[in-house]
Amino acid sequence: MFQTASTTPEKLLQMLSALLLFAAVLGVVLFFASRVRGKRSDNWVGYLYLLPVVLLLAVGLVYPGLRTIYQSFFDASGKAFIGVDNYKTIFTDGDLLTVLGNTVVWVLIVPPLATGIGLIYAILVDKSRFESFAKALIFLPMAISMVAAGVIWKFMYEYRPDQATVKQIGLINQVIVWLGGKPVQLMITDTGKLNTLLLIVVFIWIQAGFAMTILSAAIKAIPDEIVEAARLDGVSPWTMFIRITLPSVRTTVVVVLTTLAIGTLKVFDVVRTMTGGNFKTSVIANEFYSQLIRASNQGLAAALAVVLFVLVIPIIVYNIRQVRQEA
Amino acid sequence: MFGLRGSSRSRVALAGALGVGLVFSLAACGGDKDKDSGSTDTAAAAGIDCSQFSSFGDLKGKTVSIYTGIVTPEDTPHKKSYEPFEKCTGVTVKYEGDKSFETQVLVRAKAGNPPDVAFVPQPGLLQQLVATGKAVEAPKEVSDNVDKWWGKDWKAYGTVDGKFYAAPLGANVKSFVWYSPKEFADKGYTVPTTLDDLKALSDKIAATGAKPWCAGIGSGDATGWPATDWVEDFVLRTAGAETYDKWVKHEIPFNSPEITAAFDAVGGYLKNDKYVNGGLGDVKSVASTTFQDAGLQILEGNCSLHRQASFYAANFPKGTKIGKDGDIFAFYLPGKDASTKPVLGGGEFTLAFADRPEVKAFQYYLSTDTWANIKAKASTGWVSANKGLQVSNLSSEIDRLSAETLQDPNAQFRFDGSDMMPAAVGSNAFWKQATAWITGQDTTTTVNNIEAAWPKK
Repeated sequence: MFQTASTTPEKLLQMLSALLLFAAVLGVVLFFASRVRGKRSDNWVGYLYLLPVVLLLAVGLVYPGLRTIYQSFFDASGKAFIGVDNYKTIFTDGDLLTVLGNTVVWVLIVPPLATGIGLIYAILVDKSRFESFAKALIFLPMAISMVAAGVIWKFMYEYRPDQATVKQIGLINQVIVWLGGKPVQLMITDTGKLNTLLLIVVFIWIQAGFAMTILSAAIKAIPDEIVEAARLDGVSPWTMFIRITLPSVRTTVVVVLTTLAIGTLKVFDVVRTMTGGNFKTSVIANEFYSQLIRASNQGLAAALAVVLFVLVIPIIVYNIRQVRQEA
Repeated sequence: MFGLRGSSRSRVALAGALGVGLVFSLAACGGDKDKDSGSTDTAAAAGIDCSQFSSFGDLKGKTVSIYTGIVTPEDTPHKKSYEPFEKCTGVTVKYEGDKSFETQVLVRAKAGNPPDVAFVPQPGLLQQLVATGKAVEAPKEVSDNVDKWWGKDWKAYGTVDGKFYAAPLGANVKSFVWYSPKEFADKGYTVPTTLDDLKALSDKIAATGAKPWCAGIGSGDATGWPATDWVEDFVLRTAGAETYDKWVKHEIPFNSPEITAAFDAVGGYLKNDKYVNGGLGDVKSVASTTFQDAGLQILEGNCSLHRQASFYAANFPKGTKIGKDGDIFAFYLPGKDASTKPVLGGGEFTLAFADRPEVKAFQYYLSTDTWANIKAKASTGWVSANKGLQVSNLSSEIDRLSAETLQDPNAQFRFDGSDMMPAAVGSNAFWKQATAWITGQDTTTTVNNIEAAWPKK
């Protein structure tokens, strides 16, 4: 049953078996739940229902997590214990320092910018005539996979040399040429981290829609009385924004910021599709993949995963606390 | 809970328990399926001598599973070439092509779920697979075939720790330079026969104001590998095959003078503003152009030369005439002088993970000259280094040139070096650093960085 299925009937059969297995497990849990009697039965039933989830989390999340941490102290083949050498490499090796630096740049730029753009956009289109159309426009990129977005933007940045016989096919360089400039090899130029910044543009393009949607919902949830009372007091739009709108959606802004920050830390597809991490644009998630799959350096890959994990934890903790405060 | 009364809850539980039973009975059905098709005795129809398989016993109704990175459309001629074997023996060959073969095969081997036979494209990967302990040594019949039909070098690539595991399957030639025979005829250029000639030709073309070469090392996340092929070809030519072998095995460091010199020799072409990059930009554009796109500039008349393997033929648009009198063809990237003929290339190897008779018989079949010729007739863009391969059976001119190059008695074949180095070097540092080198990094830093990435023993 757990062998690789290759034909369609086999795959269907496998799927059916999985569904039945799921039903069977549920049935067993329900069966035992029905047997529980006594004073504290509700509690017991609760624990029983939690059991499959806890087991799955333990097998699918906790164990691999601990195993990854364990592996990060071993060498490339995962055989010899080398202590914290992998971590030393991450924080001393020139290339890997560039990777860390890039990740910092990403996390510093993407969340505030994407949230900011989303917020301003949400306020601007709020209650306008074309609100839903305008929202659809900015939300559309969300529907495109990051790989596809990477491919699309690669064309935007495409470079062709400055020759009479050769035509530009990238929009950005065509605009530069129209303005009388010389085409630039955008994806290769790492002066001032230009290429990393251009990748960040793509990610913001995708994520601003997400920020806009959530924030727009929060803005709509501001009680009308408050807005009307402010209007009657004759506040300017700016004061309205600073004194009413922003404080009312503050928790939502924090949630959006932290969610985006986590997403940004894990950014992979955009970098992989557009530069493959070359030309000093690599980030932690991409480097993790390269080390594991390409360089088959298990230890270093595990250490990179742990670093990523450690970086994400405080953001998640902060996020959860904010959500709890709101509730 | 959920408003269910006791009795209905038990009913749900009963349904669940029934479900469990069903699952297991289904699983029992799904496990083994004996396909009894194709086991006819029309052996003669296959046109091959079926008695050669008799020593493997009665194989009727057995199945051999193959796992490989060869996917559509190249898999069709492969499957077709197994038909005579299937007809002869009654064995069913189950073919599974997967683009992510190279990573998945290791996972499967380690997890104890390997295929019967895997077509492994890199000796380095072959060693990793053998190291899992799941691979099986090749049977004597296969070993004898390889002794008979292949050179010693090829046998060595399939040998790990003195034990012979994998027979070669297909091959490709990397030491080719693509050019336009038409353009050469029109402008009076001649195909160079020594490295100096090649340089002189490049200078001659550059003197007309054109860029002689077009090159691209972009290949998605594998960006950089075409540059490593250049370097390997030049190590073979400027330092010789013995030094090449030592370099690949790390018996000399990556930053030794010979290798640095080879890098610089490549730099004389790829990092030379006068030579590159026809129709594509300055030197840096070599890094941003995909290798697939680069050679097409020859058709546009923007460049004259593009160094790339035999398989590049598939890249030209349909209708492009590939041949000595066509729009495009390739010549052998010349050696230092006309008498030496180092050939850089690649290929796949058949590694088995099971020693059942039908698997052995299949391995044996693939290692015969019979199969090589059947396969050659069935496909284009495929050659083998099998000496029994009749060049006339190959349908395209470039395939014939490849086969001739491989079978040339003077040819000194060497396998793609980056495919044999440890992954940390061969498919990571070498690629990355070569890319950085094209975009401006100096040679010394480059070779030092690669040397530093070599795994410590």
